[in-house]
Amino acid sequence: MSAVRRWLVLLGLCAFSLVFLYPFAWLVSASLKPRSDVFDNKLIPEVVTFDNYVEVWQEAPMALWLANTLIVTVLATVTATFSSALVAWAFARYRFPGRDILFGLVLASMMIPQAVTMIPTYLIWDQLGFVGTLVPLWGGNLFGSAFYIFLLRQFFLTLPRELFDAARVDGASHWQSFWRVAVPLTRPALVVTAVFEFQAAWTDLMRPLIYLRDSSTFTIPRGLKAMLDQFGFGGEWHWELIVTASVISTVPMIVLFLVAQRQIVEGIATTGTK
Amino acid sequence: MSEARGRLRNGDTRAAFLFLSPWLVGFLLWTAYPVVYTAYLSLTDYDVINDPTFVGTENYREMLTDDKVTLALGNTAIYAVLSVPFQLGVSLALALLLQRAGRARGLFRTAFFLPKMTPPVAIGVLVLLLLNGQSGLLNESLSWVGIDGPNWTTDPPWVKPGLALMSLWTIGAEIIILLAALENVPRELWEAARVDGASWWGRFRHVTLPMISGPLYFLALVDTIAAFQSFTEAYTAYFGAGNSTYGNDAALFYVIYVFQQAFEFLHMGYAAALAMLLFLVVLVVTAGQSALTRRYVFYYGDQR
Repeated sequence: MSAVRRWLVLLGLCAFSLVFLYPFAWLVSASLKPRSDVFDNKLIPEVVTFDNYVEVWQEAPMALWLANTLIVTVLATVTATFSSALVAWAFARYRFPGRDILFGLVLASMMIPQAVTMIPTYLIWDQLGFVGTLVPLWGGNLFGSAFYIFLLRQFFLTLPRELFDAARVDGASHWQSFWRVAVPLTRPALVVTAVFEFQAAWTDLMRPLIYLRDSSTFTIPRGLKAMLDQFGFGGEWHWELIVTASVISTVPMIVLFLVAQRQIVEGIATTGTK
Repeated sequence: MSEARGRLRNGDTRAAFLFLSPWLVGFLLWTAYPVVYTAYLSLTDYDVINDPTFVGTENYREMLTDDKVTLALGNTAIYAVLSVPFQLGVSLALALLLQRAGRARGLFRTAFFLPKMTPPVAIGVLVLLLLNGQSGLLNESLSWVGIDGPNWTTDPPWVKPGLALMSLWTIGAEIIILLAALENVPRELWEAARVDGASWWGRFRHVTLPMISGPLYFLALVDTIAAFQSFTEAYTAYFGAGNSTYGNDAALFYVIYVFQQAFEFLHMGYAAALAMLLFLVVLVVTAGQSALTRRYVFYYGDQR
């Protein structure tokens, strides 16, 4: 490849990167502007102020929303990762009657639209008395999640069988083979699962819309939507607060990506090319 | 001996089902039962407070005359057609560029992927802000090159193109998958084509494209199904409490309508019937695409 062409490729990549990153810069910059300047589209604010960050804390229970989101996200992540690993291990390690049919059901259940199950799911949580609480936002994860079962099974299958035959000869129980031998060797895949679920739980809007009623139980996305309903439409009100809350809801996800970038990229590449 | 092996296998089976038990319970409780119960509810009138009353196929007949069903299906189909081909095209173009980026690849990949981490609610907010007709960044940028941009968020014909355009911001996963697929194409094939005098386009058309057709069709299927179920960005931007001022019919996607019927109007039976139709549409799209896949996708050796 000629030097000219290499420079053209880099130039194109820089231009596209700018397009992809500029909305973040715009958002952060807007959150640092006074209310009247939010729409001035200048990258560098004429007046830099942190008032919006102070005010958003006073106007909305941001700390509570962040705490709720963190609780849901941590519980969702831990339960989904652990239960999916158990199930994936059963499919990867054991031969048992009906295994292929059951695994087919795992794959098939990924195709079912959420809209098809959401009404009975709501009715179940309603019967159990959990509507209005955070439980429905993570409780379903106790039972494994089809996509993660699929993902983790792929990784478990790469572990050599001899390892577990040897563990058994050494007297390891089924549980010990899983917990002491398989799980430590699958840590990268478990991290991928955890990161995916962390993002999914942190950013979910539909379930909080269905299950949460009181503002004190809101997660960050649900709270941001409530602020938009309250302050936004019509535009002349408090866009500066909405912009600021958007930044607050997004920053943890950016940090997550920067911390777990390698696992996320590998995880996505594996799911797509298999 | 055979007795001992039989016992061992029984132990294995028991252990396997113990490991499997969370999913078995979950599948019955959160998948099988809900699907069956939704099918049943679709034949009833149900408002959560009173017990469901059986009404036969009335909900389905009502759907035939409900203008909003036609509207929502049309909106969703138009959005899928507007967004998916562009998502795949741009992803592939960027993946091809990334492949030639050398050592800077990781840096650019990060830049392209970061937007994917944005919560969809925040993306809904960005739709309203960046695509605002008067003072949005997009129209300001367009004005630099002499284009007078439309009112993306208020002029009905431009609402779906605006949402589709915004969806191009979050193609990070597609780019990563296609880049990985490009990496799997054996270099010898390109070299051989080059030696044979094939142009860049010829190599792309006859070597690269067939070799990555598997992932490409996979993404087409997944993205189409996702487009049919898109909810959050459009709901955030155009629906919800306090937003009665907009003519938001243009953004009424199918799942938004199901959600409204179920949880805002408490027409659970009708919403269940709507959901069953979505189920059917997704099944047909899946079956159709896998038929296409069998016909056109080339699998390289036993790699997959």
